Amino acid sequence: MNAYLADVAVLARKDLRLELRARSTVPAMLLFVVAALVVFHFALPSDSSELAANGMLWVAIVFTALLGLTRAFVAEREQRLIDGLLLAPCDRSAIWLAKTLSVLGFLVIAEVIALPAFALFFSGIDGATVAGVALADLGICAVGTVLAAMAVAGRARELLLPLLFLPLAIPIVVGGVGASVAGEPARYLGFLALYDAVFAIISWASFEYVVTE
Amino acid sequence: MIAARGLGRRFGEKRVLDGVDLDLPRGGFLLVTGPNGSGKTTLLRLVAGLLVPTAGELRVDAPRERVGFLGHEPLVYRELTALENLDLYGRLYRVAERRERIGMLLERFGLWEARNRRAETFSRGMLQRLALCRTLLHDPELLVLDEPFSALDEEGAALLDRELAELRPQATFVVSTHDPERVAALASDRLAFG
Repeated sequence: MNAYLADVAVLARKDLRLELRARSTVPAMLLFVVAALVVFHFALPSDSSELAANGMLWVAIVFTALLGLTRAFVAEREQRLIDGLLLAPCDRSAIWLAKTLSVLGFLVIAEVIALPAFALFFSGIDGATVAGVALADLGICAVGTVLAAMAVAGRARELLLPLLFLPLAIPIVVGGVGASVAGEPARYLGFLALYDAVFAIISWASFEYVVTE
Repeated sequence: MIAARGLGRRFGEKRVLDGVDLDLPRGGFLLVTGPNGSGKTTLLRLVAGLLVPTAGELRVDAPRERVGFLGHEPLVYRELTALENLDLYGRLYRVAERRERIGMLLERFGLWEARNRRAETFSRGMLQRLALCRTLLHDPELLVLDEPFSALDEEGAALLDRELAELRPQATFVVSTHDPERVAALASDRLAFG
């Protein structure tokens, strides 16, 4: 177990180091999420409901995550570096977990800016919304990473990832919006936690088959 | 060490490798030759465990941590330095005395002075030397080398000649090359495609 976690740490640190050097993903995610919220701010009528505004927040989060996921395996794809990782004697699910953690880190950074920006443009953020976003992030990154690995092997990868990811993100949006606007958010938070658990296990178990040619 | 019976691999409808039989004992040196597109790379990727066969059987008696693979790409991150790349692989392969081994390989392949330079600033020949360091880092017992001399200048090629001769008694080799005469003296077995 210690060896597994050490591999995850080594691989995640490599992803963070690559991002610090290349700065190709986080700035794009930040710019996108803030721009999306500004557009929504002007697109929504001033008398629109809180429900509509919360919906916009979740649209922004899902598409920002999609942007990060699209970039997740770029380094591994461009010079077949995934071969180098697959050759290594580590458990292949460690590659998935490390990549999930790094995408999660990038998404959280984007949301640290996005949530205050949403509060500024629309309405305040309550604890249930923050909890919903945190749980949704886990599900988005767990599922999205395995789908990104799947899409990267195909030819129309930029097209394939949204087609695979967005249908699976619908329950996350349902749970997230529910947690943000319902009087009793616990039910929706529980639903998001269940989604995370089920899809994290499926993604963890299936990654090896996804990357094996 | 390696045994194949009726080994085949298809990519969609395209059959790249078909009915390959192979026996390579431990300590053997298999030289694979053939024109481009004849299936050399596919065979080597199968042996390295990067592909699974779609027909026949393949048995490789070497654990993944003892296989060294050199392919067409150097498999190093361009944004990382030579040292960082080797440290990454050294940790994943749990190389004992990692720093000393990395230092020794960088010295041997003439990259010590460039150890803190990002791989993206390397020439093709330097990248190939770095890829060789990566391949040998974990002291593999099975070496799978796909066109190892490509992109190397004469000095680098001579260095690799010496390295192969030195490793020859300790490891099993599967090597594909367009220049078979270069390693002919080391080869114990040959497989010619097309």
